[in-house]
Amino acid sequence: MNAVTGTGIGASVRRKEDYRFITGQGTYTDDINRPGQLHAYFVRSPHAFAKIKSIDTAAAKASAGVVAVFTGQELAADKVGGLICGWTVTGKDGTPHKAPPHPAIALDTARCVGDQVAVVIATTKEIARDAGEKIVVDYDVLQAVVDPVDTLKPNAPQLHAEAPGNLCYDWEFGDRASTDAGFAKAAHVVKLDLINNRLSPNPMEPRVAIGEHDRATDTTTCYSTSQNPHVLRLILCAFIFGLPEHKVRVVAPDVGGGFGSKIFCYAEEVVCVWASRKLNKPVKWTSDRSEAFLTDAHGRDHVTHAELALDKDGKFLALKCSTIANMGAYLSTFASCVPSYLYALLLAGQYTTPAIYAEVKAVFTNTTPVDAYRGAGRPEATYVVERLVEVAARQLNMDPAEIRKKNFIAPDAFPYQTPVAVAYDSGQYELSMNEALKMVDYKGFAGRRAESEKRGMLRGIGFAAYIEACGIAPSAVVGSLGAGVGLWESASVRFNPTGSVSVFTGSHSHGQGHETTFAQVVSEKMGVPIEQIDIVHGDTQRIPMGMGTYGSRSLAVGGSAIVKACDKLIAKGKKIAAHLMEAAVDDVEFDAGMFKVAGTDKSVPIGQVCFTAYVPHNYPADLEPGFEENAFYDPSNFTYPAGTHIAEVEVDPGSGHVTIAKWVAVDDFGNVINPMVVEGQVHGGVAQGVGQAMLEGVVYDKASGQLLTGSFMDYTMPRADDLPNFDVGMTHTPCPHNPLGVKGCGEAGAIAAPAALMNAITDALGVEIDMPATPEKVWRAAQGKVRALAAE
Amino acid sequence: MATVSMTVNGNKVSRDVEPRTLLVQYIREHLELTGTHVGCDTSQCGACVVHVDGQSVKSCTILAAQAEGSQVTTIEGLAKDGKLHPMQEAFREHHALQCGFCTPGMIMSAIDLVEKNPKLTEEDIRHGLEGNLCRCTGYHNIVKAIAAAAKTMGG
Ligand code: FES
Ligand code: FES
Repeated sequence: MNAVTGTGIGASVRRKEDYRFITGQGTYTDDINRPGQLHAYFVRSPHAFAKIKSIDTAAAKASAGVVAVFTGQELAADKVGGLICGWTVTGKDGTPHKAPPHPAIALDTARCVGDQVAVVIATTKEIARDAGEKIVVDYDVLQAVVDPVDTLKPNAPQLHAEAPGNLCYDWEFGDRASTDAGFAKAAHVVKLDLINNRLSPNPMEPRVAIGEHDRATDTTTCYSTSQNPHVLRLILCAFIFGLPEHKVRVVAPDVGGGFGSKIFCYAEEVVCVWASRKLNKPVKWTSDRSEAFLTDAHGRDHVTHAELALDKDGKFLALKCSTIANMGAYLSTFASCVPSYLYALLLAGQYTTPAIYAEVKAVFTNTTPVDAYRGAGRPEATYVVERLVEVAARQLNMDPAEIRKKNFIAPDAFPYQTPVAVAYDSGQYELSMNEALKMVDYKGFAGRRAESEKRGMLRGIGFAAYIEACGIAPSAVVGSLGAGVGLWESASVRFNPTGSVSVFTGSHSHGQGHETTFAQVVSEKMGVPIEQIDIVHGDTQRIPMGMGTYGSRSLAVGGSAIVKACDKLIAKGKKIAAHLMEAAVDDVEFDAGMFKVAGTDKSVPIGQVCFTAYVPHNYPADLEPGFEENAFYDPSNFTYPAGTHIAEVEVDPGSGHVTIAKWVAVDDFGNVINPMVVEGQVHGGVAQGVGQAMLEGVVYDKASGQLLTGSFMDYTMPRADDLPNFDVGMTHTPCPHNPLGVKGCGEAGAIAAPAALMNAITDALGVEIDMPATPEKVWRAAQGKVRALAAE
Repeated sequence: MATVSMTVNGNKVSRDVEPRTLLVQYIREHLELTGTHVGCDTSQCGACVVHVDGQSVKSCTILAAQAEGSQVTTIEGLAKDGKLHPMQEAFREHHALQCGFCTPGMIMSAIDLVEKNPKLTEEDIRHGLEGNLCRCTGYHNIVKAIAAAAKTMGG
């Protein structure tokens, strides 16, 4: 840590952003109201699949306070482009995925419950909603299909003419021949059928969009709950409206959680921006929670068959899996890459499995679109690998820790080329696992299990040794895989004349604490206390450029850009300092805020150098004034955080209730800037993973396509009394290819937790069940074990 | 329209509102106190919790008219003369918030919990938070913060 400031790298500095949040002064998008603002209410399809025969808007239009009613026809007449998917996945047969048209307001067909059918714009929210009730839509209701397996059947309803058989893509990855060869020589094969349940991300802040057009400058502002304002601007300008980017501003102020669901460009943003231009008035839409369940992109929803081949000693020979991934009714912004590149490339896990083959069919159904949700593809991969490994240990009667250790990639094997394209940069997998075993008191487990059984309880323990690819991502690599964008990050570090610092980052914080951790990085680099450093984010007009926050990339990519900008400032500062001290530039060193001439006692503080740069009365002749630098950083590889989570549970066979007795997480995120913030990220990620494994699951009625889990009354969110305290440990294997040596921590918990918990629950039960392990499912499964124990 | 009057954070206020106006709308839209949040439409999340006559109340669940004449405290009214309430301090000290959206409701609920039961256990805290959802923190640090604040508040 920086000795001068005490607020540098490694300190659990209390967060700078907290004061405004704990005093109610945060500014979330719904807290913004613009003069003359109108309110939008969307009329949504109550049917999962229906032809729209006619829409009668007369009564709504005639209501007092209603300013306009629009349908898809008006958007089409104005040539407003449809929503896009920014990543093209190429299938087995060499053809690109099918991305059928996705109009912001449906034109002639509604393809899921909640699909936009019309919008009412009125002087108040209440008037807009009341008028919306008066719109009469004549539907021709069609048979819907919601299940990803059913939708592939020959007689299934067809969603899009552009996607025959409801198939978005049929894709494969890895080497089939070597994988088959591995299976041919196997002494043992483990087979599992797995369902990765569909989830609703549910950040606590619902989405909001405000469009506002300024006639004087012909500029439109979109206030939005976005994780990546520049990406939203790019999509709105280049694909939806055909507007130049300097005429559109996107502001994403305080955002109340995202978890992926606020990455995407949504219909409501498009409509509010378009309507504000058309009506020359600000137009605001605030989602209620029911709409959020219907319209925020969901996560996961995989049906998988997976097999692991082992030799007689428990060494992994090959892994194969075949997955059907539900994309929902339309292809969302980054949906296509989630069950393909973010999934199959992680199937090596932490292991030396020499041959891997995956095939994925992505399919359309009459459900809400599915896209990235915390972990995005990597939790699904970890679930496949870690469930297979655990079941292999059980079938071969091996210790679950030992079978993993036997197959771990050794610490001296890095960089390690996996058979699924990615090359891991660094890792010490056994180190994290040993630490976790110690923390959970693995040796004492048998005793604890016996003690539970005495009380009529079933105890189980489960492991997940996960890996993820974060720090998304090297632009050339993702470009070669079909991404439509580069995934660099930008930063601008500006010293103001009297020494305070403004840092402009393209990353976006919606809970991650960037205003503190990024300030710590600058504090460490420049020797300035964090109180004097402000992190500015979330406004395309203030931040030069950016790609936003997702894929645990902010610190590894965005933080690296900040470091690069700081390095440029130090280089410039050395020239100024050399001039002031009449020394050679090469003799000037910088440390802890002081420029010094090596081997002498001459020094000038950075504040003086900065002031000189803005008041250049005595200044190098060939140097520009000013003390501000920009930098772009494009990573050379992904980062690979990894670790071991261990869950220990007690199942009450009488009620099916599962109590999490212990949760140990030992993660290796490389270097850590603020341990307090990182632990908080682990807690939150694990909570969401526990939610997936035990509580959450989006359910559609198969016959009608209705969403049955459309509110917090029906969709079980993890509450305080569902969760334990978490025991968090860390090991530190620095990332060798970014300047901070950091790997990213935002998604790890959500990646590791479902596998660890399901391994523990199925260990207790002695039979396989799918997520979510609800009390009913657990109770049914427990009865066999109870009988077996009674017979003993 | 109906005239609804009450005392909010020590100030007497009065507004003409539609009879169907919820207390949370009155606070957010009419008084422009936006620290109180709305996270659901089924009274499940607790983002909207305020104190009405000393009791924690989900302000999305009652009409503004039902609070006629009441003493209402919102998150904005907790700090006195620039000094944070011990619960606010504890939330900051223990990193009990990430995105901050659930935080005002959490803090208002937590204060009520501690005031009703100053000696509360961890189990009491977890059970008492049933009506407040947080998607970010996994509750671990919220529970720690409330336990710590209970001590400072004289439990
Ligand atoms: S807004 Fe969710 S309980 Fe009041
Ligand atoms: S801090 Fe984000 S919901 Fe609680």
